[in-house]
Amino acid sequence: MLSLWRKIRRTGRVAEPAPPLPDGERPERAAVLGGSVQIRHVDAGSCNGCEVEIGSAFGPVHDGERYGARLVASPRHADVLLVTGVVTRNMAEPLRRTFDAVPAPKLVVAVGDCARDCGVFAGAYGVAGAVRDVVPVDVEIPGCPPRPEAIVEGLRKLTGR
Amino acid sequence: MSALGVVGGVVQPVLIVAGSPLLVGVMRQVRARLEGRAGAGVGQPWRDLRKLLRKERIAPRGTSEVFRFAPLVLVATTLVVAVVVPFVATESALDPVADLFAVVALLALGAVALALAGLDTGTAFGGMGASREMTILALVEPTLLVAIFALSVRVGSTNLGTIVSSTLQDPARVISPVSLLAAVALVVVIVAETGRIPVDNPSTHLELTMVHEAMVLEYAGPDLALVELASAMRLSVFLGLLANLFAPWGIATEATPLAVLIGVLALMVKVGVLGGLLAAAEVFVAKLRLFRVPELLAGSFLLALLAVAASFFLA
Amino acid sequence: MNLAATGMAAAVAIGLMTALIAALLPARPALIGTGTALTGAAAVAAGAAALAGGSFSVVLPDVLPLSGVSLTLDPLGALFVAVTGGVAVAAGIYSVSYADTADLRARGVQTALPVFVVAMVLVPAAANVGTLLVCWELMALASLVLVVAEHRRGPRVASAGRWYAVMTHLGFVSVLIGLMVFVAQAPDDSFTALREAGRQLSPAVAGVVFVLTLAGFASKAGIVPLHAWLPRAHPEAPSHVSALMSAAMVNLGVYGVVRVGVDLLGGGPAWWWLLVLALGAVSAVYGILQAAMSSDLKRLLGLSTTENMGLVLIGVGAAGLFASSGDHALAALALTAALLHLVGHAAFKTVLFLAAGSVLHATGTRDLDALGGLRPVMPVTTAAFGVGALAASALPPGTAFVSEWLLLQALIHGLPAGGVAAAIAMPVAVAAVALTAGLAVATFVKAFGVGFLAKPRSDAVVDAHESPLTMLAGMGVAAVVCVVLALWPAGILPAVQAAAGGVAVSGDVILRLDQVTGALSPLLLALGLVAAVVVVAGVVRTAAVRRVRRTARLWDCGGGPMSARMEYTATSFAEPLQRVFDDVVQPELDVDVSHHQESRYLVQAVEYRRKVPDRIERRLYQPVLRLIAAWGRAGRGLAPGSVHRYLGYGFYAVCGVLILLAVTR
Repeated sequence: MLSLWRKIRRTGRVAEPAPPLPDGERPERAAVLGGSVQIRHVDAGSCNGCEVEIGSAFGPVHDGERYGARLVASPRHADVLLVTGVVTRNMAEPLRRTFDAVPAPKLVVAVGDCARDCGVFAGAYGVAGAVRDVVPVDVEIPGCPPRPEAIVEGLRKLTGR
Repeated sequence: MSALGVVGGVVQPVLIVAGSPLLVGVMRQVRARLEGRAGAGVGQPWRDLRKLLRKERIAPRGTSEVFRFAPLVLVATTLVVAVVVPFVATESALDPVADLFAVVALLALGAVALALAGLDTGTAFGGMGASREMTILALVEPTLLVAIFALSVRVGSTNLGTIVSSTLQDPARVISPVSLLAAVALVVVIVAETGRIPVDNPSTHLELTMVHEAMVLEYAGPDLALVELASAMRLSVFLGLLANLFAPWGIATEATPLAVLIGVLALMVKVGVLGGLLAAAEVFVAKLRLFRVPELLAGSFLLALLAVAASFFLA
Repeated sequence: MNLAATGMAAAVAIGLMTALIAALLPARPALIGTGTALTGAAAVAAGAAALAGGSFSVVLPDVLPLSGVSLTLDPLGALFVAVTGGVAVAAGIYSVSYADTADLRARGVQTALPVFVVAMVLVPAAANVGTLLVCWELMALASLVLVVAEHRRGPRVASAGRWYAVMTHLGFVSVLIGLMVFVAQAPDDSFTALREAGRQLSPAVAGVVFVLTLAGFASKAGIVPLHAWLPRAHPEAPSHVSALMSAAMVNLGVYGVVRVGVDLLGGGPAWWWLLVLALGAVSAVYGILQAAMSSDLKRLLGLSTTENMGLVLIGVGAAGLFASSGDHALAALALTAALLHLVGHAAFKTVLFLAAGSVLHATGTRDLDALGGLRPVMPVTTAAFGVGALAASALPPGTAFVSEWLLLQALIHGLPAGGVAAAIAMPVAVAAVALTAGLAVATFVKAFGVGFLAKPRSDAVVDAHESPLTMLAGMGVAAVVCVVLALWPAGILPAVQAAAGGVAVSGDVILRLDQVTGALSPLLLALGLVAAVVVVAGVVRTAAVRRVRRTARLWDCGGGPMSARMEYTATSFAEPLQRVFDDVVQPELDVDVSHHQESRYLVQAVEYRRKVPDRIERRLYQPVLRLIAAWGRAGRGLAPGSVHRYLGYGFYAVCGVLILLAVTR
């Protein structure tokens, strides 16, 4: 316990200074959220590369939470669906249902190239399409996988902080 | 009903409702800093609540009035407790309700309402959360009541105003073994009742480890806002109770503006410090397995029994 | 003739008349139910009149041989008469449609119902030992007939009847011997004479009398370890009979303890009451623990009766303990708490059993694991059960909350009063009451949440329908009484305190303890809660932007629709508690895994069975039963069927008697 305390004191703050608020258009509906964005992550058929980056976007270094974004356990609690990966045939209906379970106003963020336009999986037999083919998408974050900074930047467009 | 009681009855609920999301904010901030993060700021829980109020209400198919009314009952019970317990002023607006047993039972009623709502959804997680919450409640109750027993024996009353006033008059009692043992027992109980680590993890995403969260998975929008507000309020109420049972100093004993202001500030400082300590302690411990929790509670029950024994044999 | 006497006479007359009609004419459940309800109403009137100060006594020397019938209504007895009458009113109205089944229309069953009620009304009014014992036995026999009324349903009913018959008669024998020892020390068997004699008894004789009668009365009250009949008989009896037994009959066990221990023997040494306290504490905790594990709705309610009688005995024991150390004010408080709890228990247990009967009537099952989803189809029954469950779980605003608050106040203030014995007993008692309260909350959340809310767990529920009007009326009467008792306990407190023989609580809206500091206002608390709900609802309504609720499918993690099999059942709800109290309840687990023939790595089926046996029963009763069975087997060797041998036995017996006579002369 003492060693943990020493470690905490020695390490201090690891979060990097916040970069300036990204410009570019913000989805209109995000303004209603008023700086608080609860996120439900849906893996629609990802290779888990994006998940690793999302994990580090909410880790101590990038600290997505400081901008008012938070991952939650149920789509009922969420404002935003963070969808990764191509939408496979088996995940298309669950994704639709998850979208339906979110109370309005709700937004969808497609994370990674696969989610945007199927990436390398385009045309594969198990793929139902990109995220926008299944549910309406408001923000897209490119990259394969996107850097944590890019994810944080995309989320800041929603929180406005 | 005295003037001081009325002032307390108005100021306290306002303070608790306004302040408890901030308390959660402070606790999250403390935790964030200890983890090397920057944190979302103290006001974030309030931003969350404001946003939830703007969202849509959802009635999951197959749920009944129980599901709809549970958040109201949950907040209402805590609100009544916030009105009657001497947090800011020693006198209570509703003195015959300001009884320790009544307060404990009221808080239990809120938990029961939520457990019934969890069962009402008919989902596996709702039932699981309700079952676990009720198990913990059943085990917490003996410790809580025996600790109260120890505290009230020396005063000869379970009325909270009387207990607080008598501690104010005789500060030496606070460092007696009875008080210390009872305080430790109560801390464990409060951790369990408010669903903090090591009993429950309020920020878990893994359904199988959930207790409180599992019951509220179906709530959305304003209903969820009520549930979140209530759980923050319960935390403040428990910490405020702990603070004023053992260190009531600063509480207003007369109805002057200055005294009430000091009372408000004292409560904010005490609850803030306790919350900060709790949050800091949480960084150092891991969540217990569900079936290790009874051992923790049995230990605290033993301490409470020792407190009673001490109150008799050392009196 | 005053009102009390008229009421008693009316109760007995109407009851016996109803029984006569039932015995002579073809079955008319409506008539018999009404007659039973009227009997109850007359008893309530008699009890209320006697509590208001109009006590009476009557001696009818020719009705019974030996000492005749002697009746009197003092406040203690009158309270029990009134409670019994109240339960009978609700059960009588309820039985009009409930008892309209082939099994319950049988003439014997229809006759036994009013006889049972009359016997229960007469027991607390009895003023001599002869009357008490006759009425006690009449009550036992009438209830036995009712317990086995539905014997066609299965062998469990007959088994329950056997257990009940044996245990209630063993209890009777115990009471009989105890009271005979007592009467032998007095000029005659009237309570007045016994009261005189009780003051001069030697401690040893008084102790024997108390312990023997306590054993008998405790077995009637379902107190551990003499409770074994209760979780059998109460579920198997028809529901209105369960209500009568659970809400009225078991009370008379407590009545017996108070009457003999406090009144006739005039209190006693501390150990008597510590014994009562310990029995009460063990019963309360064990009863509710077993109830928490039970998934049979009526068995759960029956076990909860053991729990509540345990709580009442904690109060009685504490009262006796305080009285033995000379603190009569606290004794009055503890006894008031105990009796108030008893009255509240009668009210909510009536509601609960009648509602359970309504569920059984509609679905044909009382297995909680197969219930659920009753709220849309049976709204009134659900509401009634909800009121009863709230009252039973010691939460505000409920009746048990007020009485348990009083009980805890008595225990807390008893710590400085009673010396070292109290210093050990009081904290343990508080812990027992608290653990009981906590487990009761879990139990009734399970019963209500799993039984009535969520989705139906079997087809039986899907076809369920609300019960007929008279059944709802019976439940409604009891539910209204529950609510009134919870919000306005001051309405019944004068009566309870008159029965307890001392005033310890006063006030109407705010209950104030007279001798010690303490105040509580259930009404203000309830009003505060309602006001808070209204305020919160109003604030949320104005603050929320979107007012319309969207109906959405349950969150099923995006997968297929959730089936009832995915719901938490009563068994799974109780599983954590069962694990926590593993060492106490010792559940029996049985997991059978059958494999495919080709490979033992491929599982074909997994069968999981769990049973929570009654451990006390297994430890205490099974050896005795085995011993009796062994004797029986040994005895069988003496009866090989040979006539010569039997004649030989007769010859030897005559010789033995002659020798005995010769020696003793």
